[in-house]
Amino acid sequence: MTPDQTGESIHVLDDRAAQVWTKGSGKEFACDRKSTAGAVTQRACAFCGSRVVLYPIADALHIVHGPIGCAVYNWDIRGALSSGPQLHRNSFSTDLAEKEVIFGGEKKLKASLIELIEFYKPKAAFVYSTCIVGLIGDDVEAICKQVTQMTGIDCIPVDSPGFKGTKKSGYQAACEAAYKLVGTAKTDGIKKHSINLMGEFNIAGEAWMIRKYFERIGVQVVATITGDGRVDDLRRCHGASLNLVQCSGSMTHLSKLLEDKHGIPMKRVSFFGFEDTAQALYDTAEHFGDSEMMARAEALVREEIAKYAPRIKAYKKQLKGKKAALYVGGAFKAFSLVLALRALGMQTVLAGTQTGNAEDYEQLKEICDPGTVIVDDSNPLELAKFVLEKDVDLFIGGVKERPIAYKLGVAFCDHNHERKIPLAGFEGMLHFADEVARSVLSPVWKFAPRRSFKTNIHLNPGND
Amino acid sequence: MIATNTDCTTTEGTPALGPEPEAATRNACKLCAPLGAAMVFKGIRGCLPFLHGSQGCATYIRRYMISHFREPVDIASSSFSEDDAIFGGARNFELGIENVISQYQPELIGVATTCLSETIGDHMLGMIKTYQDNHQAEGPPLVHVSTPAYSGTHSDGYFATTLAIVKKFALPSNFRLSHRVNIIPAMMSCADLRHLRELCERYGLSSTLLPDYNATLEGGSWDAYHRISPGGTSLEEIEEMGASTATLELSHSQANVKQSAGSYLESACAVPLHSLGWPIGIRLSDQLFTSLSEISGREMPSEIADERARLVDAYVDAHKYVSGKTAALYGEPDFVIGMAAFLSEIGVRPILCATGSKTPQWKELLHNEIEGDMADVEALAGVDHAKLASRTRERKPDLLIGSSKGYPLARELGIPLLRCGFPIHDRIGGQRQLYVGYRGTQQIFDRVVNAFLEAKQEYSETGYSYL
Ligand code: SF4
Ligand code: SF4
Repeated sequence: MTPDQTGESIHVLDDRAAQVWTKGSGKEFACDRKSTAGAVTQRACAFCGSRVVLYPIADALHIVHGPIGCAVYNWDIRGALSSGPQLHRNSFSTDLAEKEVIFGGEKKLKASLIELIEFYKPKAAFVYSTCIVGLIGDDVEAICKQVTQMTGIDCIPVDSPGFKGTKKSGYQAACEAAYKLVGTAKTDGIKKHSINLMGEFNIAGEAWMIRKYFERIGVQVVATITGDGRVDDLRRCHGASLNLVQCSGSMTHLSKLLEDKHGIPMKRVSFFGFEDTAQALYDTAEHFGDSEMMARAEALVREEIAKYAPRIKAYKKQLKGKKAALYVGGAFKAFSLVLALRALGMQTVLAGTQTGNAEDYEQLKEICDPGTVIVDDSNPLELAKFVLEKDVDLFIGGVKERPIAYKLGVAFCDHNHERKIPLAGFEGMLHFADEVARSVLSPVWKFAPRRSFKTNIHLNPGND
Repeated sequence: MIATNTDCTTTEGTPALGPEPEAATRNACKLCAPLGAAMVFKGIRGCLPFLHGSQGCATYIRRYMISHFREPVDIASSSFSEDDAIFGGARNFELGIENVISQYQPELIGVATTCLSETIGDHMLGMIKTYQDNHQAEGPPLVHVSTPAYSGTHSDGYFATTLAIVKKFALPSNFRLSHRVNIIPAMMSCADLRHLRELCERYGLSSTLLPDYNATLEGGSWDAYHRISPGGTSLEEIEEMGASTATLELSHSQANVKQSAGSYLESACAVPLHSLGWPIGIRLSDQLFTSLSEISGREMPSEIADERARLVDAYVDAHKYVSGKTAALYGEPDFVIGMAAFLSEIGVRPILCATGSKTPQWKELLHNEIEGDMADVEALAGVDHAKLASRTRERKPDLLIGSSKGYPLARELGIPLLRCGFPIHDRIGGQRQLYVGYRGTQQIFDRVVNAFLEAKQEYSETGYSYL
């Protein structure tokens, strides 16, 4: 095999060497850094982060203040569902032109906001600042104030110019913006045993599934933040008595604010895989100290697992021993995925995230097997390198990672916000197994040169 | 339940009433200029696109291109931080270029600016020179194009980049390569690019396509990793463009701009320019083949003449299914013009012709190519999808033609959508659709006819299996 076939010929940039780590190497590991210029990071920008987090708030107007590209590339591409209003699926932009870049875009922003609010009657408006807005000196906050006064609709600036950092800084800006709504409505009718589901974006209806679990064990869900989100739910979410925080990266800041200012405790949970989902329900029942609730949770878990376990077991037989690589947004998700893959009999040999922090990575390192490569803020070349070196059978990631896998004859499972298949909860685990199996076990791989080479099928006899 | 279109529904789910918002862009019918630049750079052998600005732009554009082409699209960026945005991005530029060279070993780096670096006023040529001075001119060449999205769409970025490349690399020559033609295509599919090359070969001509992303954006399965996808036009070929015997510029919209890649090659290198359109339909394809005959001195090869004859026969066989129908089309200016010309020649009226670009003289451009008068044709330039939707609701065409982004509208109105152009990310194979020449026209013609037939069948009470 040539070095291009084994991945040996691809080297990691010196600047990034500390962000690539192998379990058992004893090396230091670095993360939480800004991306290296020219490294072709898979990360997006701060604006993208805030847009992702607030996007599912379906009855709010989301307008991107800036030139058109920042808005148009994310028009209706996400799988976050709403049970009612669909306003969030539009892409509104001030689409700044040259003259506004020179003379300022405030007038256009104001006119845009007023017109859109009249036309669509949103419950609130989020105004995202992109990179050039700060440079041209627009006072977005002042415009928001004016329009709020004129229309009576809360216009909330989201301070998220892309260069401010990675997606993570965008999460922070989004939390700040969402928090502006919190505490502005009455909390009548909220029960003692009530929660907010935070960091759950209702991709393919996942929040609905999870909400039902809680309702079944007697817990009221005040707000899902932000999946299938509503402005009015946010306004009163401070009435809940517990915050369950999933996808820790995006919502930590908001849950901290709720803890500090409203005394609502938080628990980190995950709804990916049987164990994590069950744990989340048990933790909640335990928190409320209600033995009946616990009994109901146990019954629910038993019932659900009985429903799906046999079919998952069948998949496990077929998938056993396969090697997986994963590259996802946050480390918490990576964590759950390692466990879920293990439940399918698969081994994770490469795990990476765009924005994990030191604490996350510690946990990730711990649960991974020796020899596993862990990467932070990786790029296509590095990912390809390790796919080849580790000879993986499956890659889990998003659209940007898909071609890396497919080009090299490796199966792929989409695990980001653009997917249209629910992977959370007990039922989701079956979908996940199904997704993985349909790709890994597909008969097409034998034709891929990298695979046929290994299985000694010569497809182009004249060519070798 | 058929979801109502989101661009005309209030949060309460009722139809939005009152004057339509005009100030904001609602669901844009255009992308930003650096995407066009990246497309061109992807069409040059060994080239890595590099966006000077914040990394989000590059990531978004990569993601978007991948969703259509399903191929690796690596685009580097200088990853501006807040400080760089204030103090200028020279340091990041230099580091970024160094890292790109060390990782990718490119033959060319295609640098495009973004809104941010343009607004700061980063002086690219100066920065490139400093970089090269600091590195004793070692490493691959760098070419730069200015692509602020606030003064143009992806289409503009695309053509600006073709121009920047010929300006930088094409060499004037006293010697003519008598069998070599330059082709500057509009933003076409990979299949189109392959077919154009093949057509030239039929006339005994070799061709240099700028860009030629047919293989880089639709390549085979790999047995080893390629840092940069194989394929594309080489720099040597681009240098020789100044010595070609003619240039075919396949873009109506470039015909009246101040300077295009084709007009530059004509004025600076004395390469005669044939300004043609996107050759969809018989009439526009005829123009292409006439040019190829003139350049090569050969008659139309019999296989191509046969294709034309079969196409005419197909037009006749199916004319009744399409005659008197109407269509709304949207997309890049050149695509819309070519498609409108084709539709009008088969008796389908292109009653709404929309583009997100603010193309000067849009109506005239269409008028020149559409058969019959323009009384029933609305020429909409600089529009967004919401505006297009509201006109479509009123005009009620029988067919919608354009990218995947028209799907919600097609669904709302219960009319078929013929997915064409870019991006197609709710179906597979956009990169393989052929539009150009008689063969491409045959394919698109069959698709148009079948779309009407299918609609008729789907929405009829009887459900005939014989039409
Ligand atoms: S800033 Fe400009 S270049 Fe970047 S995505 Fe937005 S429109 Fe495109
Ligand atoms: S980096 Fe800045 S300019 Fe680019 S997409 Fe993000 S917000 Fe827009």
